[in-house]
Amino acid sequence: MKVLLDPTNERRATTMERVGRPETLRGLTVGLLDISKARGDVFLDRLEERLSELGADVRRFKKPTFTKPAPVDLRHEISIQCQVVIEALAD
Amino acid sequence: MTDTTSPRFPIADGLVVVVKEDCATCRLVVPVIRQLRTRDLAVEVYVQDDPNFPPEVPARHDADLSFSWHHDIETVPTLIRVVEGREVQRTVGWNRADWELVTGTSPLGDDLPEFRPGCGSLSVDPDRVDQLRVRFTGSVLTARRVDVADAEDEFEAMFDRGWTDGLPVVPPTEERVLRMLQGTSRHSDDVVAVVPPDLVEITVEKIAINAVMAGCRPEYLPWVIAAVEAVCNETFNIHGVLATTMPVGPVLVCNGPGTRAIGMNSGMNVFGQGNRANLTIGRALQLIVRNIGGGRPGEVDRATHGNPGKISFCFAEDEIGSPWTSLAVSRGTAPDTDAVTVFPGEGPRCVVDQLARDPDSLANTFAACLRTLHNPKSILAFDAILVVGPEHARVFAEAGWDRQRVVDEIHQRLQIPGHELVRGAGGIAEGIPQHLEDATLPKFRPGGILLVHAGGGAGLFSAIIGGWANGDVGSQPVTREVQR
Repeated sequence: MKVLLDPTNERRATTMERVGRPETLRGLTVGLLDISKARGDVFLDRLEERLSELGADVRRFKKPTFTKPAPVDLRHEISIQCQVVIEALAD
Repeated sequence: MTDTTSPRFPIADGLVVVVKEDCATCRLVVPVIRQLRTRDLAVEVYVQDDPNFPPEVPARHDADLSFSWHHDIETVPTLIRVVEGREVQRTVGWNRADWELVTGTSPLGDDLPEFRPGCGSLSVDPDRVDQLRVRFTGSVLTARRVDVADAEDEFEAMFDRGWTDGLPVVPPTEERVLRMLQGTSRHSDDVVAVVPPDLVEITVEKIAINAVMAGCRPEYLPWVIAAVEAVCNETFNIHGVLATTMPVGPVLVCNGPGTRAIGMNSGMNVFGQGNRANLTIGRALQLIVRNIGGGRPGEVDRATHGNPGKISFCFAEDEIGSPWTSLAVSRGTAPDTDAVTVFPGEGPRCVVDQLARDPDSLANTFAACLRTLHNPKSILAFDAILVVGPEHARVFAEAGWDRQRVVDEIHQRLQIPGHELVRGAGGIAEGIPQHLEDATLPKFRPGGILLVHAGGGAGLFSAIIGGWANGDVGSQPVTREVQR
């Protein structure tokens, strides 16, 4: 028997249950997260139009830079304000 | 002779002598040990090998070398004086004056020579020391133990567990990891950084494990630790460097006398194969991003092409042959300080100018090549390392151009008219907005060209290492001192 030392972070992924898919977006608050990539706003503007037509209350959020994860405060803000969130890439 | 008052593993008051039979000096001092015992002195003898040695002298057999290990016996014979359970004096080998001082007895060993050096203690024998370290200090290691059956090939087992970068790695056994930890004075459970993308705290021990796997020697470990510190922060933003679709990874430029002490390459084939320190230090960092940070290709690593330097890209600056101050000094580090500068870089490409004889002509070549970085119409978004080869550096040195002059001259040549850069110009859709057509814009931001002197002595060549999104929105180069 050879014994090796584990080079990994030894973490186990936790399983989290997904929130159920809503029947309708009408009356729900939908967050749109712009990751600050070029022309992401063009895509999100169109999404906002379409979602508003469906009766959703749309709120816009923006990451300071696309190169870094969204700040904790921003993630928290989205989680308490919105029932649904859409994150947009661009390019 | 050592004089120590530090508390040690408890031992009886009096004199302690550690010997082995397989040592001419130990055999030489046997009459002295006998002489001390006749003086009513408390003399405890420990023998490492033959339990019947010394003849006719009662001795404890240090069969498992635990006494020798815990009392840091590196040489035999070692003579220690103990008062109230504490070591107060020690001498090694045979030196009459020292033995007389430690024992408080004179004369000693009249018929012996004045001085004879001792022999190596079995507790530091290279063939035994790793096992002893595991036996006596292995408990400091807290990483999960992974059992690999005898019939299993450990190299394949490590591939199967996803621990490697695609090349075989050295099995991280307790012996090897404890030996690696000898390379730093830091404690194995010190937390060095929080490693993205999983944001996991990394200890010196986990760095050592990955350094073993990469093939590092213990003396490289402080450089790996400095590299980990340098990349795991908001400024360098290894998360973004890893996650980007661009072909970049951390490029390590090492400075200071320590680069030469550990045999790093700053000369011929500086970016290439063949130098253990260059290759394994860079590789260890990338294994850490993978194994601790959880950053794997196809997962958080979204690179379109990547580059071979993402296995390892680490080299030293040639400071001895350089006409300029070093990169680290130019970034604020004190001269002759060991330091690592990390840069988010792609693979190197060659700049050829074999007719370079005057500095203006060569600066023109550098500017023309740097202009094309990532796209000839791209400006300000990316930094670059310009690695000037010795034959090119000589052209500037002979003209009296210092580091700043070279950089300034290149910057001056890279002020570009907006009409060449706007979208559609030159039949290329890529470009800057039309309203900047009448502006003059620099290719690089101030400080965006990092000058390094490296490469072999023959060849009128230099190299460019292109960067990634710069500034606060992307990644900034970071320099960290190497601490032992």
